[in-house]
Amino acid sequence: MWKVRIVAVVLLLIGAGIGWFVVNSEQVGQKFPFRYGLDLAGGSHLLYRADTSKVVSGDVNSAMQSLRDVVEKRVNIFGVSEPLVQVERGGVVGGGENRLIVELPGVTDLSEAVKAIGQTPTLDFRLQKTDETGAQIYEDMGLTGQYLDHATLDFSSGREGTISNQPIIVLTFNPEGAKRFKDITSENVGKVLAIFLDDVIISAPVIQEAIPNGEANITGTFTPDEARELVRNLNFGALPVPIELVSSQTIGASLGEKALTQSVDAGLWGFGLVALFLILWYRLPGVIAVVALSLYVALNLAIFKLIPVTLTTAGLAAFILSIGMAVDANILIFERMKEELKSGKVLGEAIREGFRRAWSSISDSNLSSIITGVILFWLGGTAVIKGFALVFIIGVLVSMFTAVTVTRTLLLALGFGKSTSKAAHFLFGNGLGK
Amino acid sequence: MFIVKNRKLFYSFSVAIIVVSLASLLLWGLKFGIDFNGGSLLEISYTSTPAPSADEVGQAVHDSGVVGSSIRPTGETGYLIRTPFLTPAEYDSLKVGLTKGGAWQYDQKRFDSIGPTIGSELKTKSIYALALVLLAIALFIMFAFRKVSKPVSSWKYGLVALVALAHDVIIPIGVFSILGHFFGAEVDTLFVTAILVVLGFSVHDTIVVFDRVRENLRKNQEKNVKEVFEDTVGKSVGQTLNRSLNTSLTVVLVLVALLLLGPASVHFFVIALLVGVVTGTYSSVFIGSPLLVTLEKMQKPKEKELKKERK
Repeated sequence: MWKVRIVAVVLLLIGAGIGWFVVNSEQVGQKFPFRYGLDLAGGSHLLYRADTSKVVSGDVNSAMQSLRDVVEKRVNIFGVSEPLVQVERGGVVGGGENRLIVELPGVTDLSEAVKAIGQTPTLDFRLQKTDETGAQIYEDMGLTGQYLDHATLDFSSGREGTISNQPIIVLTFNPEGAKRFKDITSENVGKVLAIFLDDVIISAPVIQEAIPNGEANITGTFTPDEARELVRNLNFGALPVPIELVSSQTIGASLGEKALTQSVDAGLWGFGLVALFLILWYRLPGVIAVVALSLYVALNLAIFKLIPVTLTTAGLAAFILSIGMAVDANILIFERMKEELKSGKVLGEAIREGFRRAWSSISDSNLSSIITGVILFWLGGTAVIKGFALVFIIGVLVSMFTAVTVTRTLLLALGFGKSTSKAAHFLFGNGLGK
Repeated sequence: MFIVKNRKLFYSFSVAIIVVSLASLLLWGLKFGIDFNGGSLLEISYTSTPAPSADEVGQAVHDSGVVGSSIRPTGETGYLIRTPFLTPAEYDSLKVGLTKGGAWQYDQKRFDSIGPTIGSELKTKSIYALALVLLAIALFIMFAFRKVSKPVSSWKYGLVALVALAHDVIIPIGVFSILGHFFGAEVDTLFVTAILVVLGFSVHDTIVVFDRVRENLRKNQEKNVKEVFEDTVGKSVGQTLNRSLNTSLTVVLVLVALLLLGPASVHFFVIALLVGVVTGTYSSVFIGSPLLVTLEKMQKPKEKELKKERK
């Protein structure tokens, strides 16, 4: 008896701790805030189809990777907090298309976003100068990426005057570019000729000498990986593969905010109505079920924070729906308990039997929910549906713990095990009867 | 048990609703959302007063070169403009067009745009998901009931569960055909999600009742009690009725809260769930278990014939 009571108290304390974590971690500056999807926070979701038909099949992955990097850089320049850029393959149903997903929280002007992503990037060389006030400026030298033939990666071993194994980026210009490059370098030896990509400085080498052969070496303090990335960016200065916008969603922040408040309201009322029903119909076990349900809510919210699950309108709807479904196991058990009581068992025995006998129904039916959830998650198609499915699956799993283990422990801990008093029977009865 | 006894009454009720559903489907069809057909959806709310009328907005959309649009007012000054799939350039000209040369101002609430290829892909995925869920659930039920073979074999439990599930799919689709015709309800990926969730939920109910039938059959066998199958099923339905109704009630409670207070974007989703949950509960209590009895009665005459032949 005392063992059960200790376990019950520990469970309640853990539940309170989880609840405290959920509330406390919402304060500004704390780790693990809720992560809201674009439909709640406002923002744009863009889906591009990449035309990889002209890419050699073995290079598709690296082309998509560099596409992702280029787009991510542009998005970063755009000044968006926590943008998401990811490559997706359409799969069998999608005809194996290569796609790019771009999510821009807070950006509600689609035209602006589309322009920022689709713009032709600029690679250009600028000369570092000092203006009258002493500030450093970069002067445009009219040498841009259009004059670049290609870039390659080399390592310095075997070259004179270099530290061995330092990465070197070799730029090869086309004839027109070579001529311009020669002019610029011969006139500016000792100065810094900076390389800009999308108006952001990526390298600032010093001109060592006039370079007549149209080949420029960039040595710097790159790691081999950085050098490789730079070479890729230089070669794929333009988007490595053409992209086409195939779907987009833009939601204003005010609409998202309203949806969030409304969802929270609906959740609170939904919880309240279910709690009221449980207490009125199932009396004492009903109260216990409400405690277990509160733990269910806290545990779910904590999991949403820790994984983290991106919450969307549909995801919140799934969570609210799951509150209504989570008590199914409780109802199964309590109805069973009532039958066992009727057949003359003492309370403690009836409680244990109720749980034992209801278990096969609970596991079977939850398994069918999980099957549905997994298929939805797998074939969901849209982020909305995947979000719904994930919350739904988590809900089913958590409810098996709270509705069964927690409820049983708490009920047994109450200590009505051998009671045969009328009051105890009333408390454990249900419905409209005595 | 009155439910099993009066099963023909409940069958007729369901058949009637299914007939109405199918008739509505034939007559009005379904309104597919842009995620299935492709297209663009723009929701705006005018801030300049007086807000233009739907006709004026329609004219403005037309003038900006967008054809084939439909306009639905939302709230006092808002409009939902549905158009064929817009390219970014077309979208820009529509945005300008909606200000009527700067005379009107509006807030853009949302803009969804889905290309035709994505639309057909989502459609295919939805059909796959639906088929897969039905198959998985049927297999699951057959597996769960593989040990019960008397007097109704386990595949029949699966068959009955499938019939009940088909019932639960057809009725919400019919209701959405009607809602689509009168209130513009659309069948989209969320609707399919609702149907799949309802299938899972409805099969809950069906399993719980079947589970009880299984238990009662075993008990009778152990105690050597001869009971008519109809009575066993009736008793099982009676024992699980409270649970079935109460579980649905708690789900209905949260759904009603979502419908009345929740965000507008999930209204029709919640309605689909509500219709589905009610239908699902009805089918597992009033259709599924009684059908077991009907099947059992159908195989009786055959057994009699067999006996005759043996003689």
